[in-house]
Amino acid sequence: MLNIMEVDETNKMIEQEKLDVRTITMGISLLDCTAGDVDEVCERIYRKIATKAHDLVSTGQAIERDYGIPIVNKRITVTPISLVGAGACQSPEDFVRIAHALDRAAKEVGVDLIGGYSALVSKSMTPAERMLIESLPQALSETDIVCSSVNVGSTKTGIDMDAVELLGRMVKDIAYSTRDNDGFGCVKFVAFCNATDDNPFMAGGFHGVTEGDVVVNVGVSGPGVVSRALDATRGSDFETLCETIKRTAFKITRVGQLVAQEASRRLGVPFGIIDLSLAPTAAVGDSVGEVLEKIGLAQVGGPGTTAALAMLNDQVKKGGIMASSYVGGLSGAFIPVSEDKAMIDAASTGNLTIEKLEAMTCVCSVGLDMIAIPGDTTAATISGIIADEAAIGMVNQKTTAVRVIPVYGKGVGEVANFGGLMGYAPIIPVNQTSCEEFVSRGGRIPAPIHSFKN
Amino acid sequence: MNKAVITVVGRDAVGIIARVCAYLAEHRVNVLDISQTILDGFFNMMMIVDVSQANGEFSELVDGLGSLGDEIGVRIRCQREEIFTKMHRV
Repeated sequence: MLNIMEVDETNKMIEQEKLDVRTITMGISLLDCTAGDVDEVCERIYRKIATKAHDLVSTGQAIERDYGIPIVNKRITVTPISLVGAGACQSPEDFVRIAHALDRAAKEVGVDLIGGYSALVSKSMTPAERMLIESLPQALSETDIVCSSVNVGSTKTGIDMDAVELLGRMVKDIAYSTRDNDGFGCVKFVAFCNATDDNPFMAGGFHGVTEGDVVVNVGVSGPGVVSRALDATRGSDFETLCETIKRTAFKITRVGQLVAQEASRRLGVPFGIIDLSLAPTAAVGDSVGEVLEKIGLAQVGGPGTTAALAMLNDQVKKGGIMASSYVGGLSGAFIPVSEDKAMIDAASTGNLTIEKLEAMTCVCSVGLDMIAIPGDTTAATISGIIADEAAIGMVNQKTTAVRVIPVYGKGVGEVANFGGLMGYAPIIPVNQTSCEEFVSRGGRIPAPIHSFKN
Repeated sequence: MNKAVITVVGRDAVGIIARVCAYLAEHRVNVLDISQTILDGFFNMMMIVDVSQANGEFSELVDGLGSLGDEIGVRIRCQREEIFTKMHRV
């Protein structure tokens, strides 16, 4: 039978160490909502989401109450809209109408965010996919909770440099169209390489075409719990350190698994995956950067950071994998600068640079995330950043991503505020050496060779 | 059997256990196990209970015990048992 110490440990994790389930995300296929007319597509999308996700929020709240565990977000992902709208949309404005339908439907069912205003163009763009990308500045500035992603490359296909070049310009335009809110539109957009079909986190979540009709995915969190557990390992060797991280990740993931099974049972929807990510928030004590510092760095960003992050990421996966029957999504440690107190501090002092962050993305679970950059950064430079990050993903067979926010009217050292879970970030310098000629060549970078690994 | 864990944390006072048990009896909740200790200077009690015969919804019990805690000046939580067993038992 349970003992009081175990019960106390769990409740301390929840109350003092900010253990929560970050999101219950319902994936909904919209492949059956295609039609020849945009209004008809919008109507079908609205109806399907409103029906399938009708009980999502109330079910999430009931689970929170029954188990006493906060479930911070309830979200929806849908089939990439470039596919759903391809038969009906004749212009970027047509796609914007679908974005509005998604926004309305998501608000109707009361979720926090809806993802899947997306295009998968890892080899090349269809006319519809190009239109969806061109619609992003309008779509993301006119809607509130729609999130978008574009997959520009993969290990199997190479990198679509036409899309990379276009996205550099679009990111600038999204930032400009939401310049009154420090470029908030860019918070809702991410460019991927090797995007996953079952990611429950935003902004990059979408419901892949290989998925079933409806599915429930869960993203756990818990950097605060890992951080607290590491207090007891100061001065001990790597074996003890790794064992502590693994044990903690196991416990956190078991909670996620319980919530996922309950949500699946109560909603009558199959359980998809648990995403084992350590997802920080800007709150004190809920920071991946702090975990890295407890591992032994004076401040995140200095030498040793990449190795410490690689180890942390691997131990989180090793501990979590046994706790769940299906693991998927991004699974690892996120390093979103604006959502992580220790990273915000390190970026403010200049200790955490974009170049070091890029190195960290080689071993973390995603990529350059929530980084505020000067508003006068050129479109070509942003394309260059996306291309660099995609290349890391392509060659290393991992998911990488770029979510940078050029903040109009602000420069290095000033602060961009995004609010809530999205946090705030000091604007950090970007190397402005031109790559204009490189990114505007046209065509694609071929897939890498899969042998001679050196 | 449908088990839940009730935890009471706060400053020690006369009659905390009596008040909680009276509430549970009234709502047909059967107490299976009680343990109590002083942790970090605070009164800390855990009860494992069976709620399968309880009258009303589980959420009403959660809210009712929460309010009782506010009255007595302690924190009372009522959670389904699985969150603890899943975390601490393989």
